[in-house]
Order: sequence, then C-alpha cells, then structure tokens
Amino acid sequence: MMKKLFNGSLKGWLYLLPAVLFLGAFMVYPLIDVFVYSFEEGYNSASQTYFGVGSYNYSYVLHDPYFLQAVKNTFILVVITVPLSTMIALLISVGLNSIKPLREFLQTVYFLPYVTNTLAVGMVFMILFKKTAYSDGLINLMITWFGGESVDFIEGPYWAKMFVLCFYTIWVVMPFKILILTSALSSVNPEYYRAAQVDGTSKFRTFMRITLPMISPMFFYLVITGFIGAFKAYSDVVALFGTNLNGAEMNTIVGYVYDMLYGDSGGYPSYASAAAIILFAIVLTITCINLLISNKNVHY
Amino acid sequence: MEVTLKNLTKRFPSRDKKNHDDVIAVNNFDFEIPDGKLIGLLGPSGCGKSTVLNLISGLLKPTDGRIFFGEDDVTDLPPENRGIGLVFQNYALYPHLTVKQNILFPLENLKGKDKLTKDQMLEKASEAAKLVQIDELMDRKPRELSGGQQQRVAIARALVKMPKVLLLDEPLSNLDARLRIQTREEIRRIQRETEVTTIFVTHDQEEAMSISDMIVVMKDGIVQQIGKPQDVYDSPTNLFVAKFLGTPPINVFDGQVRDNRLYIGDDTVLKISGVPDKTVFVGIRPEGFILSKEGAFGCRLNGVEVMGRDISVVSTNEASLNPTVRSIIGAENKLSAQTDHASEGSVVRFNLIPRKVFLFDKETEERIDFEEC
Repeated sequence: MMKKLFNGSLKGWLYLLPAVLFLGAFMVYPLIDVFVYSFEEGYNSASQTYFGVGSYNYSYVLHDPYFLQAVKNTFILVVITVPLSTMIALLISVGLNSIKPLREFLQTVYFLPYVTNTLAVGMVFMILFKKTAYSDGLINLMITWFGGESVDFIEGPYWAKMFVLCFYTIWVVMPFKILILTSALSSVNPEYYRAAQVDGTSKFRTFMRITLPMISPMFFYLVITGFIGAFKAYSDVVALFGTNLNGAEMNTIVGYVYDMLYGDSGGYPSYASAAAIILFAIVLTITCINLLISNKNVHY
Repeated sequence: MEVTLKNLTKRFPSRDKKNHDDVIAVNNFDFEIPDGKLIGLLGPSGCGKSTVLNLISGLLKPTDGRIFFGEDDVTDLPPENRGIGLVFQNYALYPHLTVKQNILFPLENLKGKDKLTKDQMLEKASEAAKLVQIDELMDRKPRELSGGQQQRVAIARALVKMPKVLLLDEPLSNLDARLRIQTREEIRRIQRETEVTTIFVTHDQEEAMSISDMIVVMKDGIVQQIGKPQDVYDSPTNLFVAKFLGTPPINVFDGQVRDNRLYIGDDTVLKISGVPDKTVFVGIRPEGFILSKEGAFGCRLNGVEVMGRDISVVSTNEASLNPTVRSIIGAENKLSAQTDHASEGSVVRFNLIPRKVFLFDKETEERIDFEEC
C-alpha cells in the first residue's frame, strides 16, 4: 500500500518539494503579505502596529499626484515602446534572415546590447543626450549642425525626456526580440516558401499569409513579455534620470513603489503595497487581454 | 504538354575541401516526355532525380541545357510562370490554413486577366477537391487529416490552377505500406482523369513500375534506361538496371561462356549462341528458376519460405554474388519442394528459363545479347 502510494503521486510531490518550498517562501508568502499590508491602515514598520483595516491606502495612492504621474509615464512608455520595438525587431530579423554574408556577425552585433549592463548603457546615453557645462551632447551637436535648436534631453522638457526614455527602452529590449524572431524565422520550413513560389505568391503576400502566421506564437510571446517588462520599467529610468524621479517627473509605478519603501519620502510599506497590488492588477488585466487576442490569432 | 529536356546538366560546387570537383547531379539529360503520360523518375537515393524535378519546376537553374514545355523554351522562366503544379515530399500544406484555404491559395495569387472572382475560385477549389475526394474535409486543418488525406490536399492544391505539368516528389514515401498501394492507384486515376503530363520521383521501383506509362532509370545523374516498365524489366540495358528493378532482386552470378555453353561454377546451365568465349555476370530473375530433379543448375538449400501465393526457395551457390540465391516458384510446387529437398544443406536443382537470364559484360556491365539453342 505504502509502496504503491510512494510510486504514484507521492514520488511526484517529493520531486516538487524543493521548488514548492522555495517558491512558497519567496514568492507566494510575500505576495500574500503584500496583499495584507496593502489593507493595513497606518502601519508603522518600527513598532509593527497598525490602526485598522480598510481601503485607505488605495485611496491615498490613487489620489497621490506622484503616483498618477508614474502611471501616466508607465502607460506612455508601454504604448510607445512595445509595438515599436516589436515591429522594428521584426523588420531587422527579416532583414537578417534574408541576407547570407555577414549574417552571423550582424546577429552578434545586434545582440550586444543584451549583454551590456543597463547602467553602462545609461552612461552612454548620457554622453549622447546630456547637456553639461562643456558640451551639449552628441545628439544636440547633430541637431544644431542641421540647423535645429539644442534641447536638454535629461533635464529639459517632459517630451524630450520621454523621448530619450522610449528610445533607450526600445534599444535595450530589441536584442532579445531580434534573437527570438530570427530563430523563429529560420525555423520556418523552407518548403512552404518554395510551395508559395511555385504558386506565384508575391513576396509581400508570402510574408503576410505564411511567414507571419508561422511565427505568430513567438510574436505573441514577445508582445506579452514585452508588455510585462515595460510595465515593470525602473532601472532604465534610474540609469537615465537618477534617483530623484518624482522631481524629474519621470517616475514609473515600480519607481513609486521603491520610493514609498526606501526613498527620501519613504517608509510607507502600506502605500507601497497598495501601489504594487494596483500594478499587479494592471499587468494581469493586460496579459489576459493579450492571451485572449493571441488565442484567436495563433492557429496551430 | 510534352516536356523536352535537351542536354540538361546541373553541377553543384563541391563542399569537400580536399576535392574541388563539382558534383554533377544531372548529367546531360536528353529525352522527351510525351503529352499526357505518367512518368516515373526512378533511381537510388542521391542519384539526382529530385534535382531533375527541381530543374523542371524552375526552383533550380540548370548549369547547361534547355527545357521545353511543348514548343516553349521555359529554361529562363521562374517557377510561377511555367504553369506547373508541384507536390512536395512532405506536402508543405500551410498548417495555419484550412483545406479550403490551402486549395484556394494558388488561385488567390492570380493577377491581371487571369484574376478570378470569389465564386469562380470556390467553384474551382471544390472541383479539385471532388477530384481527389476530399470535398468533405474542406474546413479541417491539415494536422487533423491523415497522411493520405494530406497527400490528396497537396495534389488538389497543385491541380487547382490547371497546370500544364504536374510534378510529384516522392509522393508516397510518407505513407504506410497499405495506403501507399491505394494512393498510387489514386494518383494513376487522377492523372487519367485530368490527362495532365505528370512526372513523379521515386526510389521505389515497385511504385514506379506499377503506375507509370514510362520509367526513367537514373544512376549518378546519368540516365540508364528509358522505356515502358515491362520493357525495361524484361530487357535491362545494364547490370545496374537489372539489379534495381524487381523484388526480390535479380540473382547475380559469376559465369563463363565456353563453346556456346553458359557455365555457372561447373554446371552448364544454358546452351547459347552468339557470344564469344569470356567470363560474364549472369543475372537470373527469381522467377526464372524451374524446380527439377534433373535440373542443370545445382544450389545448396538454405530453406523454403512460403508466402501464400508463392514459395521462395533460398539457397546458396559459390558463384553467386548475392549472399543467397532466391528463386520464386508457384505454390503448386510446394509439395515437391518440401518432399524432394526437405533437409537443409541438401542440393536443390533447377532448370532456367532463358528469357529470364541476362548476361552482362564484366568490364562495362552492359548487357550482352545471346540466342538460346
């Protein structure tokens, strides 16, 4: 009897035990904890006491102009960077896939940003965009050379900062997308292309009717992970604009959570938890919508 | 539409670093495929038969030579302008499209004066589907179909735009044995009904023999023999063709012609004339043996395999180039085979049917004609 049970499901559970323990302790428990925190009003981390239970934390966060600014920034970032980066990555991948000479070299070049440290990349962007006492930055040099007026991209107007952030984000997330898409493209059986060629299918139609549907599972994977990644943006923003993000009007939701916990105005785990739960709800909703759309469009 | 190949040659650059000679996949092909016939391109793996098909389809450009469809030189035309239908070995059905969408796909590509209305397209598609008997499966996806059904869809897709020439690349290789026989008859029927010139590639001689009007036997990029299947079987031009056609394969022996007699080992197996004295290869078809107590040709019995209709007598002979000599005799001989030569190792004797015996030159492996007397 014991032996039968052991050989059956018990054995399976035993194999799962390390992962279950680890995930339980470091994922599930904190998640529940955050959820509980977010409803404890007036929590004091020093004395570990609170006044009552209710939705005040949510109400506070949702009325906090800094949080609203962070939500706005995050949404702009998501809406601009996810479609743009996926589209550009697709174009580059199709290009890479259709050339023969130097393909491997170029693939490596396009993949380099992926293995480069975020903060190091941030430094490079500073050099490109930042105005200092000595230089206006490389981009401004070019703008003035073409007869434009120089702009302060790091400490200047909101749209300029948002432009740099989006540019940077797209640049950073692109390599992974290119990697996934080139491998998806090259895994399409060339016989489909030959069949299409014999049938006189135009290049564009072949791409729309054969290539795209064939790589659609990978494409949607990238869109979904792209949305999730963009909603969680934080380190990129720090790399570009420093840690006083609220002051720079460039905070993101994750940045807001961090500030609430450890920032200069921090020490409010309840507010941070409420903001984190709101972010969680947003990401969950968007991902569900994504999955619904992709289930309708991924055919095999 | 007849297809004419003139001096068709295809060389591929060598990938071997030590040997820079080009690989000649197709060497100087020169033959005409008559209109409305079913032609089997036959040869062992790597003999260049798929290359020939790709040259005809236009997916490959020949190094040399011309291809004509009727009077038109199509050598420089891209595949889409040649009016061919091509069925791939793995069918290459678009997995994300339904059967109907797959069949419609080639029609939707038509432009200009050939452009069809939606209704015309649907009509043509359902016509093609009816022809291959898949009209009930139109809304399925390819993965929901069996191998045989996928094959039919692929044929329908190739036929729907009324090609001048239909090309099939190893059409039956992905099917199980039973479906294979059924499908090859199906291909024959469809070809007869549409009367479209059809060329198919196969390494399975039985497949080619059973349905082709004409077979082209290839080896190392060179045509060995062209002809009606039975003619090629009955008078192979060389040892390769003789060995390649027929199951079980032909038995080959070292033999000798001396004083108008053919010897295998010490046995005088046939009296012949018209051949000078020399050593030869002797090929004897399995059905060329007649079991006889006083037979001229003796072999050592290994065993008897009874397979319903026929029995095959497996024996050995020192002069044989095959490990065993396999002879097929009608099942009515079963009794005599079992009683007379029951024990393993005993000598079994045969007489030979002269027209099932071929002589081949030892050097050139070409067939040597002889007359029996």
